[in-house]
Amino acid sequence: MADLTSTFVGIKSPNPFWLASAPPTDKEYNVRRAFEAGWGGVVWKTLGEDGPPVVNVNGPRYGAIHGPDRRLLGLNNIELITDRPLDVNLREIKAVKRDYPDRALVVSLMVPCEEEPWKRILPLVEETGADGVELNFGCPHGMAERGMGSAVGQVPEYIEMVTRWVKQNTRMPVIVKLTPNITDIRRPAEAAKRGGADAVSLINTINSITSVDLDNFAPEPTIDGWGAHGGYCGPAVKPIALNMVAEIARHPETADLPISGIGGVTTWRDAAEFIALGAGNVQVCTAVMTYGFKIVQEMISGLSQYMDEKGISSVDEIVGRAVPKVRDWNDLNLNYVTKAVIDQDKCIKCARCHIACEDTSHQAIAMSDDRVFTVKDEECVACNLCVNVCPVDGCITMRKLEIGETDPRTGEVVREYANWTTHPNNPSARAAQ
Amino acid sequence: MPSDPFTPGVAAGRLSADRIAANFADLHPPLDDHQAAVESDRCYFCYDAPCTQACPTSIDIPLFIRQISTGTPEAAALTIFSQNILGGMCARVCPTETLCEEACVRHEAEGKPVEIGRLQRHATDRLMARNSHPFQRAAKTGKHVAVVGAGPAGLACAHRLAMKGHDVTIYEAREKGGGLNEYGIAAYKAPGSFAQDELDWVLGIGGIRIEFGRRLSGDLTLDDLRATHDAVFLGMGLGGVNALTVEGSERNHVEDAVDWIARLRQSADKTDIPVGRDVVVIGGGMTAIDAAVQARLLGALNVTIAYRRDKAAMAASEFEQNLATSKGVRIIYNAAPREITDTGVVFVRTRSEGGKLVETGETFEIAADQVLRAIGQTLAGQPEVLALEGRKIAVDEHGRTSLAGVWAGGDCASGGDDLTVTAVAEGRDAAEDIHAALGA
Repeated sequence: MADLTSTFVGIKSPNPFWLASAPPTDKEYNVRRAFEAGWGGVVWKTLGEDGPPVVNVNGPRYGAIHGPDRRLLGLNNIELITDRPLDVNLREIKAVKRDYPDRALVVSLMVPCEEEPWKRILPLVEETGADGVELNFGCPHGMAERGMGSAVGQVPEYIEMVTRWVKQNTRMPVIVKLTPNITDIRRPAEAAKRGGADAVSLINTINSITSVDLDNFAPEPTIDGWGAHGGYCGPAVKPIALNMVAEIARHPETADLPISGIGGVTTWRDAAEFIALGAGNVQVCTAVMTYGFKIVQEMISGLSQYMDEKGISSVDEIVGRAVPKVRDWNDLNLNYVTKAVIDQDKCIKCARCHIACEDTSHQAIAMSDDRVFTVKDEECVACNLCVNVCPVDGCITMRKLEIGETDPRTGEVVREYANWTTHPNNPSARAAQ
Repeated sequence: MPSDPFTPGVAAGRLSADRIAANFADLHPPLDDHQAAVESDRCYFCYDAPCTQACPTSIDIPLFIRQISTGTPEAAALTIFSQNILGGMCARVCPTETLCEEACVRHEAEGKPVEIGRLQRHATDRLMARNSHPFQRAAKTGKHVAVVGAGPAGLACAHRLAMKGHDVTIYEAREKGGGLNEYGIAAYKAPGSFAQDELDWVLGIGGIRIEFGRRLSGDLTLDDLRATHDAVFLGMGLGGVNALTVEGSERNHVEDAVDWIARLRQSADKTDIPVGRDVVVIGGGMTAIDAAVQARLLGALNVTIAYRRDKAAMAASEFEQNLATSKGVRIIYNAAPREITDTGVVFVRTRSEGGKLVETGETFEIAADQVLRAIGQTLAGQPEVLALEGRKIAVDEHGRTSLAGVWAGGDCASGGDDLTVTAVAEGRDAAEDIHAALGA
């Protein structure tokens, strides 16, 4: 069986599946249950300064987007950092780490943007025996209004400054958790690296309003008639997270910066995708908040089976394997020509391919009176919309035209690789050599 | 001593009232909101959808299902009712397995169509529960149309005419309206007083008056109707039954299934409906199935449907045949009745030879203390002036008969299957043609 053990910034864990800093990791009770279930590591829910803890709202903290069968697709939260006393959390962290020495235990931190509070809290964390710290520069609600969380994460200079303070004041590995609520994820990642971060983790949650109550005209979740934006997470955010992870992984300035992948990881496959795009491990939250800790068993068995089938012996062999394939649009082969092909045996005659193409695309799928659907190669631009809307898996596929074949749409012969940079329509095209 | 399933002869109350009530509960119970949300999500919203094409009333099924899925079942109901004012009953009684659901692409894809009928019921129940009529009449035209029969065809025709601003008088032979919905459909398909509730709801449009106990060829003649109205629509259904010409068919324990079902439908709790211990139903259509299943539900010990042709030829759908057998009814194919005795029915076995049915000469007897004839209904009492096509009143694609100013639709008219939904379509379309004719 494949070896799932993971070493991330020097922190060892029996598998690459960690729980993200969030409600499931707020207490000893929960974390012990997570470790018993098989989770490889935990990032303890964010600790704040010593003193009176933060308070949470006493109405709904979460709002959700559901599919028709109440499948939870996206979750929004307005919970703040831990609302339990610092000493209680530290005591529990120490106890848990003592009992689970083989598991990763990282502590998330968020204190005011000054050096002294960071200097004060870091030794207290070190004393617990925790494996590392994660700097919460991502939380987009509540704490950001107080100059913390994403208020720091949105200013690369602050990220660099705080990271440097932390590195100067602890021997522990430092993971910087990034907010996606920015324009270019590479800038905060670069800043974290300049500050000396050992790794970045991303994404934190995305600013969101899940829905609007159309009777009361108030955003959900509604607290006594009002609502505030929260942080969006869960399966719905995964594509956004994958792109941000890939952007950092393929950016020359940050390519060597380890990444802990977060954002909608629900199954072993999601985890493998994050890892292939450059994440050294993954962190999970919404999936366990939906189904409980037991899902890690599927993640372990699924990743193991995949690795065995592929002849991959260690997780590290997957890390970043898809990164070289992520390119700029300009690099894409404009001479790669495909045409949609409909498998008439699989077709169930719903006509969705036809109407999508007819109404919204290129009028490239003909419909006969007896509901037979035929691709018009002379119109098909290979947009893939028909493949995407077809309800039958594998019914519509794209056939690649070989070099030398003539594209019936353009009348041109398919040639070797060439991209936009040399295309005659490009005013700044370089002359083909 | 109270009777039970083992009591010989024909007896009422073989089961307790509670048991009978449970037996006759909704065959397809309504979907709740969550079930409807999940089921509606299965619809692919096909373009030019096969289900709609398969619906005799051409309900825009993908649209109404999408309206359910977005939390507006009332809007869905309007989509349904605008094509089929008896959409509530059709949701209950349509053989969807041979219509919309057979055409559903999910049926082709995975053998499990979207449950269109139950979704339709979800929507129509919701709107009808508001107890207000959703359509308004156009300005009065001053025209007056006679409709014969308050069954599905007559009601659909009358409603559409009333909506167009015409006044309508329906002449109904029986004491109640609804036609086969009230007297013929199996009780477990339209439990409670749905047929009457729906009738009242349809009449909510206004402009429709019903005169009960008025039978064409009785005190009422087509000439009178034509003389006193601007147009006449005939939707009186099939008033007669095919005769069973075998020895013993006049015996006391032999009855037409339609009459027995009509009595059962009119009974409050059905404990007063006598049923045999050993019941034999002769026939192969929906009436045979409905009679046999309801006999079992009343507590008959042995119920047999005997059909003279083979399974493939049976008019009742596969679904209906399976329903019957699941209720403990035995179906015997290729058995033609030869004689009804005091204690049973003697059948001769048959087989198909070159498309023709031949008797093998081999006979057998099935014990029976009650025999129900269900070998088809037939037109009765129609005005002789009207041309026939086969055994029905000949109509063109607009529902026009051979006589100017007289239209016909439903089971009494040629064309289409003898289904509630077909009758609704024909009544509706005839009304549109009448309206066009009256406006000319």
